[in-house]
Amino acid sequence: MAQQTVMERLEILADAAKYDASCASSGTAKRNSKGGKGIGSTEGMGICHAYAPDGRCISLLKILLTNHCVFDCHYCINRKSSNTRRARFTPQEVVDLTLAFYRRNYIEGLFLSSGIVKSSSHTMEQLIEVARILREEHDFRGYIHLKTIPEADPELVARAGLYADRVSINVELPTVAGLTRLAPDKSAGQIEGAMGTVKDAIVEARDARRKFRSAPKFAPAGQSTQMIVGADAASDADIVGRASTLYDRFSLRRVYYSAFSPIPDASAVLPLKRPPLIREHRLYQSDWLMRFYGYAPGEVQQATDAGGMLPLDIDPKLAWALKFRDRFPVDVNRAPREALLRVPGLGVRAVNAILAARRQRRLRLDDIARLTVSLAKVRPFLVAEDWRPVLLTDKADLRTLVAPKKAEQLELFAA
Amino acid sequence: MKPFRDMRLPHAWLVTLAAPDDFDGWRDQARRLVQCDVPPDRVVWEAPHGAGGSAGGDLFAQGDRRLPVPPAEAPQPRVSRQFLQIAQSVILHSDSKRFDLLYRLLWRLQSRPRLMEDAADADVGQADRLARQVRRDIHKMRAFLRFRVVEEEDGAERYVAWFEPEHHILRANAGFFVRRFTTMRWSILTPQGTLNWDGETLQEGPPAERADAPSGDPTEDLWRRYYASIFNPARLKIGAMLKEMPRKYWKNMPEATLIPELVATAQAREATMVESGKPVFQDQERPVNLKQIAKDIEACRRCPIGCNGTSAVAGEGPSHAPLMIVGEQPGDVEEQQGRPFVGPAGQVLRSHLEQAGIDLGDAWLTNAVKHFKFVPRGKRRLHQSPTAKEIDICRWWVESERLLVRPRLILALGASAARSLLGRTVSVQKERSRPHVLDDGTELWLTTHPSYLLRLQDDARAGEEQRFAEDLRAVAARLKELTS
Repeated sequence: MAQQTVMERLEILADAAKYDASCASSGTAKRNSKGGKGIGSTEGMGICHAYAPDGRCISLLKILLTNHCVFDCHYCINRKSSNTRRARFTPQEVVDLTLAFYRRNYIEGLFLSSGIVKSSSHTMEQLIEVARILREEHDFRGYIHLKTIPEADPELVARAGLYADRVSINVELPTVAGLTRLAPDKSAGQIEGAMGTVKDAIVEARDARRKFRSAPKFAPAGQSTQMIVGADAASDADIVGRASTLYDRFSLRRVYYSAFSPIPDASAVLPLKRPPLIREHRLYQSDWLMRFYGYAPGEVQQATDAGGMLPLDIDPKLAWALKFRDRFPVDVNRAPREALLRVPGLGVRAVNAILAARRQRRLRLDDIARLTVSLAKVRPFLVAEDWRPVLLTDKADLRTLVAPKKAEQLELFAA
Repeated sequence: MKPFRDMRLPHAWLVTLAAPDDFDGWRDQARRLVQCDVPPDRVVWEAPHGAGGSAGGDLFAQGDRRLPVPPAEAPQPRVSRQFLQIAQSVILHSDSKRFDLLYRLLWRLQSRPRLMEDAADADVGQADRLARQVRRDIHKMRAFLRFRVVEEEDGAERYVAWFEPEHHILRANAGFFVRRFTTMRWSILTPQGTLNWDGETLQEGPPAERADAPSGDPTEDLWRRYYASIFNPARLKIGAMLKEMPRKYWKNMPEATLIPELVATAQAREATMVESGKPVFQDQERPVNLKQIAKDIEACRRCPIGCNGTSAVAGEGPSHAPLMIVGEQPGDVEEQQGRPFVGPAGQVLRSHLEQAGIDLGDAWLTNAVKHFKFVPRGKRRLHQSPTAKEIDICRWWVESERLLVRPRLILALGASAARSLLGRTVSVQKERSRPHVLDDGTELWLTTHPSYLLRLQDDARAGEEQRFAEDLRAVAARLKELTS
């Protein structure tokens, strides 16, 4: 075969990496390149340097070191049995690309993953080598996210965290049965074991830094994971439950959901049609409810239907409110923060503004209108100085009143 | 001092600021005006448009009177920290009414010290909105600005960008680029002014034009290729893209030229993927007898091996044999004779079967792949292993054979046959010599392929031959149990 150019390999290895949803570059330690020999900074808030027409943020150079792989996971375009084109980069080539892109302000840093070649530990060593060259030889102070190979030596997983801002290990599928069927070479126990190793290393490094300021930082942006939605039979309730267990057990920063998407040369085991993208969106909304709105996992699961699925036409917060109407209306002038956060259409910012403003005066409906996007959506659920929904909250057809008017447009938009 | 209330005189104070982002100037003047008790509707604010330059507006010069001098005993105006914070952002906005808004807020703060906490207040809300738009513009400049490299006279590289901010944020944003690209030389050109960093000091320059910036950079081709490849055509969400990256930014982003085509071809690309993902045997009726399989595989072109011009080799044996033996694929000799297991490896197998007491009259012999895959080397045809994908495609034929023959036990020889029957890649050495149960209840045994024995020498070969013989004896015993 003729030697592939860097351009061709970049195409193959970026294409192979795009099924990883995360491109976050936020939440790490603050750094800049002043007084250094290289370039780069991280200032807390991540930056999306471009958006692709799939609506996803492009913050990092997200590529695989190689898409050769000895594993045969059905959902993966890089599985052994796929006829996809193969390519590999040397660690130095990835370093050069990262720096060339970073200098031109295309990216915040690098998100590096890899197919498994030779052995898991060998692959992991190669990934770490890229991060090492960037940090040690080029004094690169931008963001690095390393995907960890769960089957690799725990020692290597621990070394990755010394160079990377974030490490992640994908749990891949929400259920163990799904993993066994679709990723026959992976084991749930091994994945969770590796996540445990990373968690322990993060906690240990944080403790050490409390005692000695010079102790090395370990993955300051924490660890995250990803689940594929719609490739197996897991319901939304299963997925929400699994995510909350993962958050608790491994102190994850984020659980990403990736709606299973058709891939070229797909395995026959997979469903042909993708799940509606809106399902992924609803799962992210439920994730938000648990992380920022004080909902317990069980409460989000209450918003699902008999089959354990969240409604697609309305968001999970509204679905919950419609099921538990006795909790409404909520008085904007007296209700505690937790109760206000449950009002569909009131976000965290609006609730904070209400709490601050009502210390000064009693709020009227006009005031609420200035703080929210859609007064029509929140009105049935709250009481203000000059407003009482009376019978509205009890109306049987409330759902049709507050649900988005053209439900079918959602999928059209998402398609 | 009281404001002048004589209606015959112009009743507004005109205040001219040094620059559109001159927060200190605004604060000093506003403080004086509050101390002099000048209400908001009596003040007209003015600032030049560019980042530097002098105040224009001769038209208003007549109204420009010397500002009142506050009385010595006038107290300092009251402001909250929250106000100062928000005001420093609002002042950068391009809205010409921003100074009035801020002065009105400052004025009202004197009687309502906690006004800024009332987000439902119209003025507070407006200030909050402007501040957020400014912060967004600052953020988008950090995100969407693109440097292009040029060579300087001394041979060093300078990174030059052209950007068109919506608000007066150039100066406020300089620190970010200094902190991030400290060791580079760079320039940012905008219609409001220019920033130049040489690695040590930051200098401001006059407004620039797009033509002053370089027109390209070879690395942009790589970046465009990356942008096109990271996009997943199966999940087009144009609205989500436009919300965060509105069209107004596109003209200065090299990758944005690709968007129309990526969007236009996305649906077709997704349809192709779904189509190619369909099983190649979809809706195909199963062959009714073994003869039909022999006939149909000859015409099968569903994978590259089927298209290489060789003849297919069908299975052979009794049509209801209790034992089915699956090899990898026909070899050179098999392809020429049209029969399975007649080449060198086949001979090894046949003699071992005999030794183990397995009667060929009880066995259906077949292969996981029906055509011979090879590479030509001179006059010889060298065997090549089928890929997992090819095995997976050909599995449909093996399944059809199983449905017709209904063997009690299947013996798979080597990794390709094991994959064909189990649907996954297995390590034969780890999983050999013990029974596996297939979905329909049929018992499966794995062992090495006899061609493996042929490749070994001396002791290694003797050892493996012995293990192979043991496996066959175990299969023979098990077969007897199953059929008795």
